[in-house]
Amino acid sequence: MLRVERLQVGHLKPLSFELSDGECLAVEGPSGAGKTLLLRALADLDPAAGRVVVDGQERNELPAHEWRRRVRYCSPEPAWWSDTPRGSFPVNAPTAKLERLLQSLDLDPRLLDRPIAVLSTGERQRLAFVRALLDEPPVILLDEPTGALDPQSKALVEELIRFQLLSGHCVVLVSHDEAQIGRLADARLVLSKEKPTPGAGAVSAP
Amino acid sequence: MTIVPLSYWDLLLAATLLFANAAISWRFRLGLERSIAISASRMVVQLALIGVVLKFIFAQSSPFWTLTFALMMVVAAATEVVARLHARIAAWPLMGLSSSTLLFVGTFVTVFGVGFVITPEPWYAPRYILPILGMVLGNTMTAVALVLETLSENANRERNAIEGRLALGAPRFEALSGPLRSALRTGLMPMLNSMATTGIVALPGMMTGQIIAGADPVGAAMYQVVIMFLIAGATALGSLIAAAGGVMLVTDDRHRLRASPSASHRKSV
Repeated sequence: MLRVERLQVGHLKPLSFELSDGECLAVEGPSGAGKTLLLRALADLDPAAGRVVVDGQERNELPAHEWRRRVRYCSPEPAWWSDTPRGSFPVNAPTAKLERLLQSLDLDPRLLDRPIAVLSTGERQRLAFVRALLDEPPVILLDEPTGALDPQSKALVEELIRFQLLSGHCVVLVSHDEAQIGRLADARLVLSKEKPTPGAGAVSAP
Repeated sequence: MTIVPLSYWDLLLAATLLFANAAISWRFRLGLERSIAISASRMVVQLALIGVVLKFIFAQSSPFWTLTFALMMVVAAATEVVARLHARIAAWPLMGLSSSTLLFVGTFVTVFGVGFVITPEPWYAPRYILPILGMVLGNTMTAVALVLETLSENANRERNAIEGRLALGAPRFEALSGPLRSALRTGLMPMLNSMATTGIVALPGMMTGQIIAGADPVGAAMYQVVIMFLIAGATALGSLIAAAGGVMLVTDDRHRLRASPSASHRKSV
């Protein structure tokens, strides 16, 4: 369970919301409204005042790296720090699970040992998604997870997100795809670029 | 055998070579005449002053004056580190890190070298302590500056990869292992290179000095070997402390990569 109390993100009005296990919150708004900033603040990658609680534990009660193992931010531009994807995967990744996840996104395991430079943008984004799910973080923050994908891969990623929700993970989804939000989200949070108005920043049912 | 004393006329004679610099600047319109004059004057005044100051300190031969002067050298070296860096690190923490690194390394290596290897009588003999501390500080200063520059530069350039690792739950030292390694390598490189070529191309300054002063070249070489080992130890230790401290400075207590203060807006110390 994810509970956010008066989280101060950028110049936005303090945000409060709550997600039960298996629920998906869609975050919408124009570019520059602070969607990415919100996800980064939840993962404690940027300083932000307010309380964020996951399964009864507040952000600051846990060491930062422990927190980010529970609250996983997935960037729209996945980062690599090695020549092949495998070098940027956890060394002790359980093989069976890794293969199952790759398979579910229609990724050939041999891609793990190709040079990153020859992989397509969509392959990189899907590989990064697999990497983020390997250690089963209870809260998954997805920043435009299907931005670089063709319709078929997009459907597979959505299927995997749905599977994560069914197995009890909380998902916060930033997306510009109205139909996708309709398919996945249980609630919406609309951020606006203008000065906060009454009602903005409130969570509403779709 | 005594050293040939130099007269002021000898200094003036040597100074005529500076006209070569001035001529180049004038001929190619480099506009460097002013800089040449300022740099040369600074060099003469600084060396003359240090000659007088060292003469005074050697005459006192007291632990107090030796240590006071040693401390001033440390502060000067730390200031130089900060001045050399275009590092994206706030100025005051940077000053704190470089001065504490240089103080610790300078003290440790000089005490080891003078107190246990060379063992002059008395132990605080400024004639040994100050030149050795100077060589140790000079080289450590370069290493510390290189380490911090490389670390902050790479941390900034590889921000995306570092934050990717942090987001996957890596603690800061793991997330910054790439920049950390290149910083250490860059910091250690000059010393390794100079150990490999010393004595082939250039004779080290201290050995040259001893030889001109009439010392036995083999004895002078042995001294130089000890000094090189001291410097090697000092640069390694200094690089390590600076790199570890640098990682702490570019991140915060929640293992977040700090927003970098831009180099041009950094307040000077």
